[in-house]
Amino acid sequence: MAEFKKANSMGEWFDQRLGVVNFSKVMMTEYWIPKEINFLWAMGMILAVMFKLLLISGIFLLMYYKPDVNMAFDSVNYTIMQDVAYGWLFRHIHAVGASVIFLIIYIHMFTGIYYGSYKKGREMIWISGMLLFMLFSAEGFSGYMLPWGQMSYWAAYVITEIFGGIPVIGGDLVVWIRGNFYVADATLTRFFMLHVLLIPLAILGAIAFHFYALRFPHVNNESGEFFDYEEEAEKFKAGDKKGAKVIPFWPVFLSKDVFVLGVFLIFFFYLVFFHYGFAMDPINFDKADGLKTPAHIYPEWYFLWSYEVLRGWFFEIAGVSGKDLGLMAFGFANAIFLVMPWLDRSPMVKPANQRPYFKYWFWLMIADLMVLTEFGKLPPTGPNAWVGFGASLTFLVLFIALPFITKAEAKKVGGK
Amino acid sequence: MKEFKILAVIIALVGITYYGIEPYAHSVMHPEVAAADFTFKDVKNVDTSLAGNAENGKVLVEANCIACHAIESASHPQMMPNADAAAAYGVTPPDLSHAGRIYDKNYLANFIFDPVSAMHLQHKFGPDTGKTFPMPSYNWMTPQEIMDVVAYLQSIAPKVAEGKEGHKVTFEAACGRCHSMKYAGIEATTPTENLKTYMGATPPDLSQHIKSRGEHYLHSFINDPQVLLHGTAMPRVGLTEEAQEEVITYMEEIGDSKKAERETVGLWVMLYSVVFALFAFLWKRKIWEEVH
Ligand code: HEC
Ligand code: HEC
Ligand code: HEM
Repeated sequence: MAEFKKANSMGEWFDQRLGVVNFSKVMMTEYWIPKEINFLWAMGMILAVMFKLLLISGIFLLMYYKPDVNMAFDSVNYTIMQDVAYGWLFRHIHAVGASVIFLIIYIHMFTGIYYGSYKKGREMIWISGMLLFMLFSAEGFSGYMLPWGQMSYWAAYVITEIFGGIPVIGGDLVVWIRGNFYVADATLTRFFMLHVLLIPLAILGAIAFHFYALRFPHVNNESGEFFDYEEEAEKFKAGDKKGAKVIPFWPVFLSKDVFVLGVFLIFFFYLVFFHYGFAMDPINFDKADGLKTPAHIYPEWYFLWSYEVLRGWFFEIAGVSGKDLGLMAFGFANAIFLVMPWLDRSPMVKPANQRPYFKYWFWLMIADLMVLTEFGKLPPTGPNAWVGFGASLTFLVLFIALPFITKAEAKKVGGK
Repeated sequence: MKEFKILAVIIALVGITYYGIEPYAHSVMHPEVAAADFTFKDVKNVDTSLAGNAENGKVLVEANCIACHAIESASHPQMMPNADAAAAYGVTPPDLSHAGRIYDKNYLANFIFDPVSAMHLQHKFGPDTGKTFPMPSYNWMTPQEIMDVVAYLQSIAPKVAEGKEGHKVTFEAACGRCHSMKYAGIEATTPTENLKTYMGATPPDLSQHIKSRGEHYLHSFINDPQVLLHGTAMPRVGLTEEAQEEVITYMEEIGDSKKAERETVGLWVMLYSVVFALFAFLWKRKIWEEVH
């Protein structure tokens, strides 16, 4: 062991043992971020804070929640919401937070797509981000089951049923997932385990991986410019703070993040206290009843677009049933964002609006997702079914066309 | 400024999506229905402009009603325990102590004249259903006699029901024979098995209906269940607007008991967030002055 001198201060004491001075340089004061960024680059930090809020409120809920079909509903709606001091506050933060984190995730994702932050070295950031998206989807879905209300039950029923469409193993798979032939106590208990243990652990790991993946390629900037970080950092350290194209993570980048976070929290807490119905569906305040199908079954809003991709295929084409077609489209929709870095064949890293062809693609894709989301909620009857089909088809076509569109773009801009 | 433009685009896109999946989708799934009618003008068998004579009404009530109904406020106890009454009539007849206050006058008079048409239960107890309603029609009484009964019931009813306890009394009088409310420790006076046989459907526990159905729905549903749930077994109960408000308020006091706390804490937390954002802004400005 190295020899230790007597420390002259607490800081030094810790530095001798943990190397805190170097550590804080590497992680904070000399972790370089481009200066040319707007508030969209604060979404990542908002997500990190939201995740923390979910974790803390979740721990409090866990102290009173009972994962048993006979007790779950009352443990949530009576014990937590009305009996325990401020139990309602934790539930509102948790339920609204789970919904709002998806809003921010979508903004964060589409920011990445808009600025082309998923290519030319940033592929692993994107992949780790998509991994987080998938984990959060599983977390949201498993958590929604826990209050054991009507929508918990029926959404779980419909979504687990989807796996039944997989050829050969489908039927057995559904039973394996549910732990029973129908959605029952075994289903609730295992989803509880997933929700409070396995998935959060995986999310913690995935967040660490996501942050690590940011380290070497550095985050993108508003114009997509590539520059020499070492050089710019030297400029900054030499005192040319105005001229340098970089800023340190602490305190410059974070001061902006904290401000954006502050504005976001005003909005968030307004929702938590005064406008939470969108995240806590009224129908879920009816206890689960396997004999009473609700008139309208729909998933949480953030799954509506992919649910509609599934539902849009309602008739047979070339001997393949609508159900199977829907399932294929659904599988495609859920996997396709993952390979985004390879679908975009244009080398341009620029805001979408400065890319000759990609800009049309981007805004069409956003519009299509909005249409899918809307019609995923509306009853799929009459013309609605056809709009759903059209939007679902458009989604597939958009992604199949993307490599060709971007290839053409690459040619047009001559590899710039 | 560019950042404001970006923010405006995001707010517009999120706003449009929100409008579509919340207010608009709900208006499609739950179309507006006819406004609640607290005058019950569809039933007009009895001329309710006649002034009733409570003295005479007392005699009529004692002769006709107390075999089935308790009237605790006039010292007429129940003839038999709830379970026996339920076995005899299908459902436990309610105590009439509050009837004169909670039921609309026009409804009450017409209910006594012909319960089935007043309750909108012709589909369950009409002539060709083979079932008879447990309470007889007093269509043999003259309108004057019916108004006498109404006047008597009004004279013995307490004038107000205030606070949570008062609202509870109204709830029990109006809904308590069929509905339980677990979170308030209220159990329906009619045993569940009897209810199932009598109604053909189990009346749900109402602890959380203020949340699952909401005030707006309850406002028209209680006034006339057939409008929203056509063919339902639940009768129109004929409450005055005031009594109905008391019932709904009670459902909120039990089902959403932390509402007041939520709203005060909410204001403080938002105020805190505003102050936080202000300080964060000042800090950010100071730091960024050096780099811009
Ligand atoms: C044979 C027993 C019987 C007699 C006699 C009887 N009732 Fe009833 N009454 C019932 C039953 C049973 C109910 C509950 C019916 C139901 O909810 O389906 C009821 C319900 C009521 C209600 C509640 C109505 C509502 O809208 O909820 C009132 C008011 C009432 N009776 C008044 C009277 C009056 C006044 C008399 C005498 C003139 C009377 N009843 C005589 C059995 C009786
Ligand atoms: C005579 C029995 C009876 C009385 C009295 C009665 N209800 Fe009901 N109620 C029922 C039955 C039966 C149902 C189930 C109806 C169905 O599912 O079709 C029901 C259903 C309901 C529902 C659920 C409606 C829905 O959307 O599913 C509410 C809310 C309700 N009642 C409120 C009340 C209130 C408030 C009162 C008192 C003012 C009351 N009821 C009095 C029998 C009754
Ligand atoms: C809770 C989940 C997530 C957390 C906590 C998180 C956190 C962060 C943070 C702190 C940053 C750096 C700052 C910024 O650019 O915002 C970042 C960047 C990034 N994230 Fe995430 N993220 C999450 C989910 C996702 C998802 C779902 C995706 C999409 C697939 C994604 C893709 C990206 C990309 C592409 C970048 C780089 C942005 C750039 O270079 O400009 N992230 N993330």
